[in-house]
Amino acid sequence: MQNFKTDFEKTLKESNLSEKEIAFKNLNAKEFSKQGFPNRKDEDWKFSDINQIIKKEIGELKFYTGQSKETNIDEDVLLSEIKHNKLIFVNGQLAQTDFSSEEKSKIEFLDNKNDTEDQSVENSLINLNNALANKSYKLLVKKNYQIKNPLIIYHVSSNKVASQNINLKINFELEENSSLKLIDLVKDKGNKNFINIFYNFSLEKNSVLKNYKIDQFENNNIRYMFNNIKQSSNSVSETFYLSKGSTFSKNEITCDLKGEYSSAFVNGIFSLDKDKHHEIKAKINHLVENTKSYQLVKSVLENKSRSVYQGKIYVDSKAQKTDGYQLSKAILVDETTEFNAKPELEIYADDVKCSHGSASGSLDENSIFYLMSRGLSYKEARELLINGFLVEVINQITDEPIKKLIKNLYGLKNEY
Amino acid sequence: MREKELEKLKDYKYGFSTDIENFKAPKGLNEDVIKFISNIKKEPKWLLDWRLKAYKRVKVLKEPNWQKPKYPKIDYQDLYYYSAPKSFKEKPKSLDELDPKLIETYNKLGIPLNEQKRLNGIAVDAVFDSVSVATTFKDTLTEKGIIFCSISEAIQKHPDLVKKYLGSVIPITDHYFATLNSAVFTDGSFVYIPPGVRCPMELSTYFRINASDTGQFERTLIIADKGSYVSYLEGCTAPMRDENQLHAANVELIALDDAEIKYSTVQNWYPGDKDGKGGIYNFVTKRGLCKGKNSKISWTQVETGSAITWKYPSCILQGDNSVGEFYSIAITNNHQKADTGTKMIHLGKNTKSKIISKGISAGFSDMTYRGLVDISPKSENSSNYTQCDSLLMGNKCGAHTIPYIKNKNSNSNIAHEATTSKISDEQLHYCQQRGLNSEEAVSLIVNGFCKEVLQQLPMEFAVEAQKLVGISLEGSVG
Repeated sequence: MQNFKTDFEKTLKESNLSEKEIAFKNLNAKEFSKQGFPNRKDEDWKFSDINQIIKKEIGELKFYTGQSKETNIDEDVLLSEIKHNKLIFVNGQLAQTDFSSEEKSKIEFLDNKNDTEDQSVENSLINLNNALANKSYKLLVKKNYQIKNPLIIYHVSSNKVASQNINLKINFELEENSSLKLIDLVKDKGNKNFINIFYNFSLEKNSVLKNYKIDQFENNNIRYMFNNIKQSSNSVSETFYLSKGSTFSKNEITCDLKGEYSSAFVNGIFSLDKDKHHEIKAKINHLVENTKSYQLVKSVLENKSRSVYQGKIYVDSKAQKTDGYQLSKAILVDETTEFNAKPELEIYADDVKCSHGSASGSLDENSIFYLMSRGLSYKEARELLINGFLVEVINQITDEPIKKLIKNLYGLKNEY
Repeated sequence: MREKELEKLKDYKYGFSTDIENFKAPKGLNEDVIKFISNIKKEPKWLLDWRLKAYKRVKVLKEPNWQKPKYPKIDYQDLYYYSAPKSFKEKPKSLDELDPKLIETYNKLGIPLNEQKRLNGIAVDAVFDSVSVATTFKDTLTEKGIIFCSISEAIQKHPDLVKKYLGSVIPITDHYFATLNSAVFTDGSFVYIPPGVRCPMELSTYFRINASDTGQFERTLIIADKGSYVSYLEGCTAPMRDENQLHAANVELIALDDAEIKYSTVQNWYPGDKDGKGGIYNFVTKRGLCKGKNSKISWTQVETGSAITWKYPSCILQGDNSVGEFYSIAITNNHQKADTGTKMIHLGKNTKSKIISKGISAGFSDMTYRGLVDISPKSENSSNYTQCDSLLMGNKCGAHTIPYIKNKNSNSNIAHEATTSKISDEQLHYCQQRGLNSEEAVSLIVNGFCKEVLQQLPMEFAVEAQKLVGISLEGSVG
């Protein structure tokens, strides 16, 4: 933690902040120094001791990012399959913005918004983010505007950075009747960094958010992404995770369904091998009547990998007529893998329909036999079964072009 | 005044207390009290040392605090750790010598200690506060070589067995309450079934807390040797008092090769009054070890009493092909709280476990199912099936499900399902249309909801439990 203190002071000295902002940062830094990285004693981190993981994978972590601004963007990073708006972050610094295909007056991206609002969080990684994120950005989608093309946020790190802590914070506001399609694409060349991304979403009446997080490409970074979503009446949020590339990744999502008829969908795929350890933790808070949530998470685990799913449905005593559903399934391809789940229900209202299911096991030998008896090789049969298993989750994606894009990226043929 | 008491007793008919002179250890928890307990029970030195070792650990351990129901801090120095009827300074040799007041108490509870009066073949060990007062049908059992007696007696008569198995499933290095129990346990039951013997009758312990300001720390140890079978029942009641009383028991089961133990509990400790005043804190550690191959341990529990129930009867499936089962009904009403469930730890190959848990919460109560299924890397071809359903009555109560699932073996399957719902208006309407009043209708539907578990209970208990389910929910509708 000594490292953190000196690096934090250095960062603070170089930044040009108001007194209020400094106070906010100091407060968060103090909190983080006190708590440190979460460890397995925290119930939320029981299955993924990030303190240990950082120690083991990174060792000494650097918190000081310096002023060196990388703005070179390798062209091969960009996706060409789909027309899109761009936000490119290189090593946590904004490098490029492109909203050219949208109406200028309807969408705003502000990079001077430093929020100093003190949210009391019991998560030291958010404190760390608040203390060190050099700016907090804000994206505003104005009333009645439906975004034409998806926005892709590229999370890029260059091969020069190593053992570095990178923090990024963005606030999103969707005004009434607006919609946003957002893809987070991870393309890392950096070496063993700890990347900490924190998104705040505020969804006004009738707004629709679709967020697809794609961690497909092989990298050896440690990643934590937290989506904090607050939903007003009739709003819809759809979140999809493709969790594959990083050495360690934990995606956390909290949805507060604060308006009637709001709904939240969380879907995820773990496709892991080579000692990877990924986690999804979802918490859906049903706070008013007639809200709905649906979670579906599937894992395919090979070669010493491990996946964790912690899902929680909370139903307030006011939230009658809640419909909540959770399902997690895992295929453990070989003996060295591990699947941990904690699907939780916490319910205080009686007129609700809540259920969860969890199943894990090996690939079904009978199905493999069936396919092989019809002429497929073992490898083909296995692949067919695994792909069929996972594609169910991808098919939950409601946006056709993006569904196609993700299938392509994942390497699935269209017939699935 | 008298009427008022009678009125109170209507809700909890076991709420009377027996006016009997008690012989107690001095208040407080310290080495002297432990020596006192050990001395009065004429224990061998190794056991005293064992207790003191446990006590040493209690002093450094902290009470766990991750549970859902929170409770006010317990002052462990303000409790009596030993309380026995005065007439027990010398243990009576037969029922004729037993204080008639005690016999009357048990008659009132519906547990006649007189063997002739018993219609059904159940052998009972009756535990009153800190001592076992009587064990019935001893002769019949001895013929078969079965040892069924109080644990104090077993320590005297069968020290080798006790020494070998005591603490082998719940070691003194366990959590706070289990370790506290190891330090100060007073009495409980001991069962040993010799190889190849099928116990001809149900064995049963009846626990009764009578004295005030006492904690009950009993210890039960059941060993089923190779190829044997035993079915064991446990029932509990306590008087109604405005204070909370602590009950921290340890139960250890050991099943060797091909043995089967069936352990059923109907827990009906005093749950506190309508405003949540008084009642028992039931913090019990129950653990079974399937030590041998093909062994089986099955837990069945009906939990209707206690202000706070906090327990997880568990199975450690060590032997290959061993089976663990857990059937539970937990009902909370008024201000009761329960955090209960099970742990299934799969270590051996081809092990199987099944968990059926039914939770019903009404009034202002809070109910949590918390369970762990852990399949270790070496436990090939193992499987688990878990189903936990919750029923809510009204929107002042809560029902929570917190399963922990750890699968570290690719040849093993875990399936888990949970639902939460309420009694639907259609179901109620259907029953009422056919002439049932609303309470009868609810009782019928709840019994149907619980049926899977109730049918696991031995006959005599099942009828009792069914009634209990109805009574516990009285007044929770409308």
